[in-house]
Amino acid sequence: MSGFVTLVRRELRRAWIQGGMATPIAFFLLVAILFPFGIGPDGALLLRVGGAVVWTAALLAALLPVERLIAPDIENGTIDQLVVRGMADATIAAAKMVGHWLGFAPLLMLASVIAGALLGTSGDMLVRIEIGLLIGSPGLAALGVATAALTAGLRGAGALAGLVMLPLAVPLLIFGAGSIDGGPGALKLLGAVSLLFVAGAPFVAAAAMKLARA
Amino acid sequence: MTPGGALAFRDVTCVRGRRTVFSDLSFAVERGGAALVRGPNGAGKSSLIRIAAGLLEPFEGTVAYTPPRALITEDSALDSELPVARALGFWASLDDSDRDRHRAVADALAAFGLSDLAHVPVRLLSTGQRRRACLARVVAADAPTWLLDEPANGLDSASLATLETLIARHRKAGGAVVIATHLPLDLPRAQQIALGEG
Repeated sequence: MSGFVTLVRRELRRAWIQGGMATPIAFFLLVAILFPFGIGPDGALLLRVGGAVVWTAALLAALLPVERLIAPDIENGTIDQLVVRGMADATIAAAKMVGHWLGFAPLLMLASVIAGALLGTSGDMLVRIEIGLLIGSPGLAALGVATAALTAGLRGAGALAGLVMLPLAVPLLIFGAGSIDGGPGALKLLGAVSLLFVAGAPFVAAAAMKLARA
Repeated sequence: MTPGGALAFRDVTCVRGRRTVFSDLSFAVERGGAALVRGPNGAGKSSLIRIAAGLLEPFEGTVAYTPPRALITEDSALDSELPVARALGFWASLDDSDRDRHRAVADALAAFGLSDLAHVPVRLLSTGQRRRACLARVVAADAPTWLLDEPANGLDSASLATLETLIARHRKAGGAVVIATHLPLDLPRAQQIALGEG
């Protein structure tokens, strides 16, 4: 268990040092800033698309650090050394998932307050966006880690990661954006999808990491 | 922890891609023993070490060993942005050892003459210094079974002598060592495993 915590701490440290924390959040805010410019000063329209914009931007922001999540650790032998110390691949992947989530979700929720203000969302709506992000972001982190493991070591892994991850993230987007005006039903479905990803991703990532070693 | 390291291969066959790298390989390294794996490039020296480390599944056969194992491969697995002592400390905190990890890391660094570099980031180390840091990780791990893939690469003669001394000390304490190398290493009473002949 202490090994798990050590790994999570390492993930956070690396995310912080390599700009893996600040860049996605800056990217997220930039998308939220660009949208009002594109749509123009139509408050009602912005309000209607605001939730969807926040969720789409969150999705893209979660995708940004995918390339540095697992591939560098396979390359420099870190995963090998962890496995020799008796750590299961699924445990490593789960630690990476937790670290990835801690690295972007709290900051993303903070940045959503700013994004919400830019898009003119009401306080009530902002609360619903935040609850949705809290429930949906673990699913995003899980997808990110699974994608990172699947594409590790491939040429053009970054672009490929987008192609693999974004279609799978569609349910999160539908129920996440839907939960803003869709009520508790969408929120429950969002929770279910998120839970499914969180439960499955460590094993998918573990299988991919094992294959990368063979 | 060191006392009582051992490793045994029984009829191990290694297949990479569709090529049989070696087949029906059996050997045993007892407590205090050493095995020197030799062979031309591509003969399967690294594959043998990776199978012994549990990183590769043998195509056939079984591997028995005394856990925990300490491993060196060509990859350093040290976080380049961290100071040497902290990079090693990370691994020491994951090692299954009763020793105080700060003490273990400091001793291992001192053994390889890296004490002065303890606070220098790993990315600034030279190839040989990085290799010595990896060796220090093995020493700090306090594991009974050592698996070393080309441990002498990039080492100067003084470090090479240190390595030989530390291997001898490890064996004296009952540890087992398997070394794959193409460089001359002075290992008394080591069994030779020749790969890639016939």
